[in-house]
Amino acid sequence: MIIYGTALLAVCHLLGIIIGDLLGRALGMTTNVGGVGIAMLLLIFARIYLHKSGHLCSTSESGVHYWGAIYIPVVVAMAMQQNVVAALKGGPVALIAAVGSVIVCGLFVSFINRMEPETTAQEEPE
Amino acid sequence: MMWEILEKAAKENGLVTAFAVVGLVMLVSGVISRKLTFGRVQGSAIAILIGLALAYVGGKMSSGSKGLTDLALFSGVGLMGGNMLRDFAIVATAFEVHAEEAKNAGWVGTIALLLGTVLPFIVGVIVAWCWGYRDAVSLTTIGAGAITYIVGPVTGGAIGATSDVMALSIATGVIKAILVMVSTPVAAKFLRLKTPRSAMVFGGLAGTVSGVSAGLAATDRKLVPYGALVATFHTGLGCLLGPSLLFFIVRALT
Repeated sequence: MIIYGTALLAVCHLLGIIIGDLLGRALGMTTNVGGVGIAMLLLIFARIYLHKSGHLCSTSESGVHYWGAIYIPVVVAMAMQQNVVAALKGGPVALIAAVGSVIVCGLFVSFINRMEPETTAQEEPE
Repeated sequence: MMWEILEKAAKENGLVTAFAVVGLVMLVSGVISRKLTFGRVQGSAIAILIGLALAYVGGKMSSGSKGLTDLALFSGVGLMGGNMLRDFAIVATAFEVHAEEAKNAGWVGTIALLLGTVLPFIVGVIVAWCWGYRDAVSLTTIGAGAITYIVGPVTGGAIGATSDVMALSIATGVIKAILVMVSTPVAAKFLRLKTPRSAMVFGGLAGTVSGVSAGLAATDRKLVPYGALVATFHTGLGCLLGPSLLFFIVRALT
């Protein structure tokens, strides 16, 4: 049943949000602390467990896969309802933050990859 | 008369209209991606940019604060792109993460992932600070946007950021993804992108899955799965650390 997969996803989602809220309360704040991340971890572990015990058929899995595949369109819909007019008044923050982080990360990639032993690096000459 | 019927149908079937509208935007961006950029900039990134542009148009037309959704015709987009469905869909992507494969990434991938989360965040926070943002919520949200365009709004939603800061945060992430896609093939030599290990380091540090997979595809197709494997953990890690540890640190410092 396809709804089993979607229900599993829903339960993981709700548990993650609840744990995130409890964690927030425990830390003395009203916000949700890492709820989505916790929900993702729960789903990964649930999948491993159900796979091992053989309780997950491919039809049920497609009830999760559909929602995973729909996430870019959902993000596009999310982009459509942002206050872009107000954001643009903020100036070139987005552009500078993006360029800055790409440059910093690029330098680190280059640095770490230069430490790679030459023997493996020479496997694929240009 | 025809317009009235159309408007009524769209209003009463908001979510269904949203599926159609977003589907159309995805279709158009797919064509733009193939014909105008020759696949260099992925369709998804173009679609998000079109979405932000439509939000601008909607905001100007309605002078409201919720972009396109302030126009009654497109109110259903608010439900489709709202917190509930967004988080639901993002959690679902974790289903495709294989824990066994994660072990193959090893410690290099882990370090790259952590650096790839913390470094862009620091850069984002510093830039936001320079532009006059002083509250911990806005600083964290913009910093999280510099990690990926998903981590930004998820973090902002969890800690209660305003919509204009969320828009900035998404824009930062999208621009970063596009920069990674376009500049990777050009900078491949400088980045030493030759081996699976180097692709993993790249995937962890560059972050955005769409940026990494498109950038590596244009550099060397064989490297794509290695980079994408590490990059898939990026969003999860960001969503976990953004509204928690990173927010606490920023709040303690401000």
